[in-house]
Amino acid sequence: MTLPWIILLTPLLSAAFIALFTQKLRTPSAYISVAACTISFIATCLLLRQPDGPAVAGYPWLDLGTFVVTIGFKIDRLTRTMLFVVTGIGLLIHIYSLGYMEDDDGKSRYFAGLSLFMFSMLGIVFANNFVMMFIFWELVGVSSYVLIGHWYDKPAPPAAANKAFMTNRIGDFGFMLGILMLWVHTGTIYFDKLQAAVPALAHSDPKFLWIATVLVFCGAVGKSAQFPLHVWLPDAMEGPTPVSALIHAATMVAAGVYMLSRVYFLVAASPVAQSVIAFIGITTAVGAALMATQQNDIKRILAYSTLSQLGYMVTAVGIAADNAAMFHLFTHAFFKALLFLGSGAVIYGTHHEQDIWKMGGLKNRLPSTFLTFLAGTLALTGCPGFAGFFSKDAIITAALDHKHPLIFVLALSAAFLTSFYMFRLMVVVFWGHTRSKHARDGHQPPPVMTVPLVILSVFSLIGGYSFFAGKFLTLPHEEHINLGVMALSLFVFAAGAGLAWFVYNGKDSDPISVPLFANRFYIDDFYHTLIALTQDFLASVSATFDRWILDGVIVRGVSGAAWVTGFVLRFLQLGNLQAYAFLFGLGSVALIYFFLFVKP
Amino acid sequence: MLLLLILIPILAASVILLGAPARKTANGAAWLNLLLTLVALLRYNSAAAGFQETIRFPILPDWNLQFFLGVDGLSLVMLLLTAIVTVAALWVAPVVKDNERAYFASLLFISAGATGAFASLDLFFFYAFHELALIPTFLLIGIWGTGDRQAAAWKITVYLAVGSFILLLGLLGLYMAMPPSARTFDITVLYKHADLIAPGSRNAIYLTLLTGFGILISLFPFHTWAPTAYASAPTPAAMLHSGVLKKFGLYGLIRVALPLLPDAAKHYAWLLLVLLIGNILYCGLATIGQKRLDMMLGYSSVMHMGYIFLGLASFNIIGTTGAALLMFAHGLSIAALFAIAGQVRERTGTLAFSELGGLAKPMPVLGFAFGLAAFASIGLPGFANFASEILVFFGAFNHGNAAPYSQYQIATALALWGVVISAVYMLRGYKAVFQGEIHERWAGLKDITTLRWPLALLIAGLLLAGFFPQIFVHLVRPVVAAFLPK
Repeated sequence: MTLPWIILLTPLLSAAFIALFTQKLRTPSAYISVAACTISFIATCLLLRQPDGPAVAGYPWLDLGTFVVTIGFKIDRLTRTMLFVVTGIGLLIHIYSLGYMEDDDGKSRYFAGLSLFMFSMLGIVFANNFVMMFIFWELVGVSSYVLIGHWYDKPAPPAAANKAFMTNRIGDFGFMLGILMLWVHTGTIYFDKLQAAVPALAHSDPKFLWIATVLVFCGAVGKSAQFPLHVWLPDAMEGPTPVSALIHAATMVAAGVYMLSRVYFLVAASPVAQSVIAFIGITTAVGAALMATQQNDIKRILAYSTLSQLGYMVTAVGIAADNAAMFHLFTHAFFKALLFLGSGAVIYGTHHEQDIWKMGGLKNRLPSTFLTFLAGTLALTGCPGFAGFFSKDAIITAALDHKHPLIFVLALSAAFLTSFYMFRLMVVVFWGHTRSKHARDGHQPPPVMTVPLVILSVFSLIGGYSFFAGKFLTLPHEEHINLGVMALSLFVFAAGAGLAWFVYNGKDSDPISVPLFANRFYIDDFYHTLIALTQDFLASVSATFDRWILDGVIVRGVSGAAWVTGFVLRFLQLGNLQAYAFLFGLGSVALIYFFLFVKP
Repeated sequence: MLLLLILIPILAASVILLGAPARKTANGAAWLNLLLTLVALLRYNSAAAGFQETIRFPILPDWNLQFFLGVDGLSLVMLLLTAIVTVAALWVAPVVKDNERAYFASLLFISAGATGAFASLDLFFFYAFHELALIPTFLLIGIWGTGDRQAAAWKITVYLAVGSFILLLGLLGLYMAMPPSARTFDITVLYKHADLIAPGSRNAIYLTLLTGFGILISLFPFHTWAPTAYASAPTPAAMLHSGVLKKFGLYGLIRVALPLLPDAAKHYAWLLLVLLIGNILYCGLATIGQKRLDMMLGYSSVMHMGYIFLGLASFNIIGTTGAALLMFAHGLSIAALFAIAGQVRERTGTLAFSELGGLAKPMPVLGFAFGLAAFASIGLPGFANFASEILVFFGAFNHGNAAPYSQYQIATALALWGVVISAVYMLRGYKAVFQGEIHERWAGLKDITTLRWPLALLIAGLLLAGFFPQIFVHLVRPVVAAFLPK
């Protein structure tokens, strides 16, 4: 049974091969990476056809008797779903990148980064223990870093890459601490054994359990960009657009939700942790949707939308609707990848213009992009019949069913905002008249880019139906479909879209100005000040203290031996060699004394 | 075999001083040593307990003093580290205008001294070999250093000489604390009779050893010599000292202090925990505050010592094995970073962040190598540093199956925050030097050519140990398991 190993290792081999041998051969590098992804995808399809077989032998990476870390495979329904999403969308985006990154100087580096990302992400998906998950968790972090900072010779991308990596490390700090706590208490890092040990722990020390679970959740807060660690994701849009689609929309940022589903038994066992998770999730869902309404960069609008949708998924985990969370992850992956690739097509077609107010009227110039983008928008905003309608409804219904009225109301409001900001984007970009030369020169992207758009549109349409999604997921119970909720969702969808049309149709600039939303609730500025006041301040204090006080005054001044020698030697005006000789002599005297006067 | 490892660099240094071509002879000796170390690794029987390849010559029978060499898994790992870093350090040595012979001979003496210290099973020679390595280090900084080299050399000399002196007192104290009939410098005998050490003096001896070794390792607050010394030192000297020689103190703690004085070590565990948090958090913050690449790397090396101390403080197999692995991993990664910084300085004449930027454009290979070494040093999975740090964290957090929220768990949590700190300074440093917009005057810089190979050697070592850490665990674990509770 080697399929999982093939799926996992092929992208790593591709990344290593490109890094070692084909850095200067840009086109071969690209095809090697695409081929590797294709192999992983085909192997995944073969794996999907196999019934749950015998366990796959892992590789004992570290073994200290009481502490064994295996690179092992947990293969269940959840794994298969995620494998399909990652390799399937991954393959489409690899192909799309062939067109988008055609003339890029760093094409080899880019495709090596994509392959490294595929390897890391697949490792998270397969992980059967916490440490293995953490290993690949860090590795997706670094591949994300490499790809965000792809255009490293400009000022903004490296800064964004650093921000992403550092913010994620803050989440990982909590993640690792949580893993350590669980390990100390249960003696295991393996999900299966942990699941068996949790009921006893929940009984004996519920406080310990919820602290550990919330700490583990910190990892998801970082990776899935939840409030208060959401700040890195919008900046990550400095990376190439296909990267935004694959990593910062469809797969990597969903890893947090995937991880929570994987260890749902922990969340389920601790009500406090559930409340924390639901609170963080719904705060992000609403807050990011508000921010999205006032952004002007096409990719940033989508980035805030991603934050908001991830907030939905996290909320679902917190209100004991983990199936709905995975369902939304599944559909969201398709339509958000579609939207990002669509925005990439727009940016490509308008000579790297990203400001929506400099576009306009593109539906006639980029017809296929327009149609596929529309499909993505309808899916995201929950238009009946499209994928997002089913999955978002599942979460909103769950909020009602599980008696969380506040979350129910907030989730509906976020749905209204989603519809509003997405149709604002549609109206401004595709309707109205063109507002810049680049938009007037707009041209269609090549087929290598449009074909993935069409395929993703199909999935955005059928992704929510049980004949398709049911193959991968345990869908929330269909008998629970609540007609009242459905009607409400339909109403907020129509209201948001209608309001956007009413406000933005035919406008050449934004008639609404809410600085609070446009400035992201000033959270980034707050952090900036906070970091300057704490970390950077402490850093310069430490550096100065170290240099002038600890080194200059205390050590040289007070510390006995150094002071005496220093004083004596300075008095004698001797250099460093003599100083050494002096002490060496002192040592020799001690030795001679010792050998002469101490009897054995 | 072991004798050869020590004699080859000494002989090579001698013939260089007598007139043999300096660089070629030195490189040849370094490669030969690496080859012999690999042979020793292959010959080592990890199933057998105790020391292997032993050689002894009595020196002063009355005092039970002898020249006694031997290796176990732990010392082999250190010898391998020494051999690899020596090859890389000699390889990247720049063209030396003044006293080329003395320069290369000094480097070889550092290597020989470190090898001797790691292979010695007699406390006296263990100490003496380290001294042998220190003198050329001071000379290299004082004569061939850059910047304020006199002050830096002065500071490191005073510090390390004082540290060595305190260490000597501790070792002599250890000797004296044995009953007269059992006094010996033989480490293997001491292991057998550790219970004979006078109970009343154990704590004092441990504190003396910890202070002495601690100064050599740059334990907070005795760390201020390190950054300035490494910033001023010629690149190969910085690589050899920070990568190899500084590990002598840590090796001494594992080899001497912990097995012989376990109770005293536990008694003062709180002190070590406080100081190592000083290394990680205080020095970590100070690292962020640095404005030059070489100072930043120097401070980062000080900070990372905190993690190794944390592993040692855990007193369990997981943490101590992790500490030993981290000594190896840190040695390779810091050597690679100093080598790269040296290349940057050689080309630009500066390492101030404010003057650099965008260097990856003209020097993609050097930039790529720095990226790999930087990520290794901040503990990215795939590199040896991650495997070691994981062991350190799990070991320390689980100290004696620690009760929730014990001092060990709090210390581990604080140390974990250092993972964030190190990401901040390393990535900021990377960005300041290699990324962003390039200053016009750096646009024409030449990338490294053949010097990519020593860097590749160091990084390959890190990757090998990162992907297959069990190779090293098999070597180290039996050694630490012998004196630690199961």
